[in-house]
Amino acid sequence: MKKGASLYLDGITVTFDGFRALNNLSLIVEPGELRAVIGPNGAGKTTMMDVITGKTKPDSGTARFGDHDLTRLDETRIANLGIGRKFQKPTMFDALTVFENLELALKAPRGTLAALHWRLSGEARDRIEEVMAETGLMDRAKDRAGILSHGQRQWLEIGMLLMQDPELLLVDEPVAGMTDQETEHTAELLRRIAGKHSVVVVEHDLEFVRALGRKVTVLHEGSVLSEGPIEQVQEDPRVIDVYLGR
Amino acid sequence: MPGISALRFNLRLGLVVLIFVLLLLPPVLNALPAGHPLRISDFVVAVTGKWICYAILALSIDLAWGYAGILSLGHGAFFALGGYAMGMHLMRMIGNRGVYGHPVLPDFMVFLGYKELPWYWLGFEYFPFAMLMALLVPGALAGLVGWLAFRSRITGVYLSIITQAMTYALMLAFFRNDMGFGGNNGFTDFKDLLGVPLNTPSARAGLYLAALGALLITLLISAYTVHSKFGRLLIAIRDAESRVRFLGYDVTAFKLFVFVLSAMMAGLAGALYVPIVGIINPGEFSPGNSIEAVVWVAFGGRGTLIGAILGAFSVNALKTWLTSFAPDLWLLVLGALFIIVTLFLPRGLIGLGWRRRS
Repeated sequence: MKKGASLYLDGITVTFDGFRALNNLSLIVEPGELRAVIGPNGAGKTTMMDVITGKTKPDSGTARFGDHDLTRLDETRIANLGIGRKFQKPTMFDALTVFENLELALKAPRGTLAALHWRLSGEARDRIEEVMAETGLMDRAKDRAGILSHGQRQWLEIGMLLMQDPELLLVDEPVAGMTDQETEHTAELLRRIAGKHSVVVVEHDLEFVRALGRKVTVLHEGSVLSEGPIEQVQEDPRVIDVYLGR
Repeated sequence: MPGISALRFNLRLGLVVLIFVLLLLPPVLNALPAGHPLRISDFVVAVTGKWICYAILALSIDLAWGYAGILSLGHGAFFALGGYAMGMHLMRMIGNRGVYGHPVLPDFMVFLGYKELPWYWLGFEYFPFAMLMALLVPGALAGLVGWLAFRSRITGVYLSIITQAMTYALMLAFFRNDMGFGGNNGFTDFKDLLGVPLNTPSARAGLYLAALGALLITLLISAYTVHSKFGRLLIAIRDAESRVRFLGYDVTAFKLFVFVLSAMMAGLAGALYVPIVGIINPGEFSPGNSIEAVVWVAFGGRGTLIGAILGAFSVNALKTWLTSFAPDLWLLVLGALFIIVTLFLPRGLIGLGWRRRS
């Protein structure tokens, strides 16, 4: 069930006022892969996401998604290529209901006139309900997103990503502030999503990364320090030194 | 839950019907014979007709500000441009009945030594052309300013300042005699519209009902827009613009669409306003007018449509009443009103009755 393009970053460097947020970063994510990216604060995890989604332009290096050069496209175009992003701080539309948030994210024509004439089809409704069931938000459909609990907001945002049906999902710190049970639920959700989509998860929480049980990339000071299965990475003396040792 | 939201919907619909029924009264009661105790004076009909035009302007501001978060402090410019388009038609309709009796040129052009009509006056003798321009000129200006601002992601207070500068610049331009729009005197002494003399009861009633019809149509267009997925996207853009971009929507196109639509509604309001009040001059471009219109919307309750209409009527009623005995106090009261609403009634008048989706 693998589909889509692979993500290819090579030699990416980003500098903010002389500070190197990313330093010659290289990373490849295959279609259908679930990849965890870990690293201490300031390692460049969020900047890496910004480069992939077009929010930040790199000073040098190559960022490709399939045949597309991501460094030349803006956020809207990149989103329409099939790269969806969940932000570190859950960002959604608080004044709209859970259902409406998902409806806006649903893969459908994105033009102004299409939005004016949009009618919710039975098929679209089924798809939204499917995602609400998958993310455990079925009974909150008519509640405004602004009154959801923290965990539910995280799931709604993952649900919005699923509605976009992207080829690649970028998920930034999905379990920050979650209870153990919620964390477990989220890991299960992401494992289920991977395979149909490629998923890159940025996370601090090692328990969670262990629960995902897939390939791990460790970032440090803007470049890749180590890469491999979690067991192997945990044994790496450089990783222990900069990250686990602290 | 569905019961409550249905009740809210019915309350709102009831309020709309009530407003329109009440607004039908002035021209009807004005038609009663003189001396009848229920008769409403010509003055009240004219003033209420003016407020209806203001309500359309308020509606247009609510669409851009209340829903899409575009706080324009220059909507008075779109209103005035629509008014000038109508004014140009009315000037052409004076014909040879002007003071100088020139068959083509308006008085001020004869006075300033014009030999022929400037090219941009051509076509305004046709009513449909003038009405079209009353919509297209404000729409084109909004399209240009919006395109420049939105594609550069200028939002918030910076956008407000740009729109304020826009109306101020237009005011200075229209004050100039060599612009060909009558300088600081603007246009007045209109005679008739569509062959009907403006000072007759039937013209007054006709203009009033045209304005009321326009209010109903713009309300229906606005309601359709905000209740579609387009409207939910406007709210999304207002609350988290960059998130909408990451969903793959072209935010600039959506903002531009609603800004142009809103400017055209304001232009329509201005075009209806001019024959009712009988004058248009560059004072209509003054920045204060635009700000006052924003206060109407804030007072009534933004992001509700009906609140904008209520705000326009109630603030203007207050203004008419207050300025009849203490005109100097008005700006102070207006400022105080804005502060009170911001601090204590963030949802405006409409928020007193019910709230949008609890």
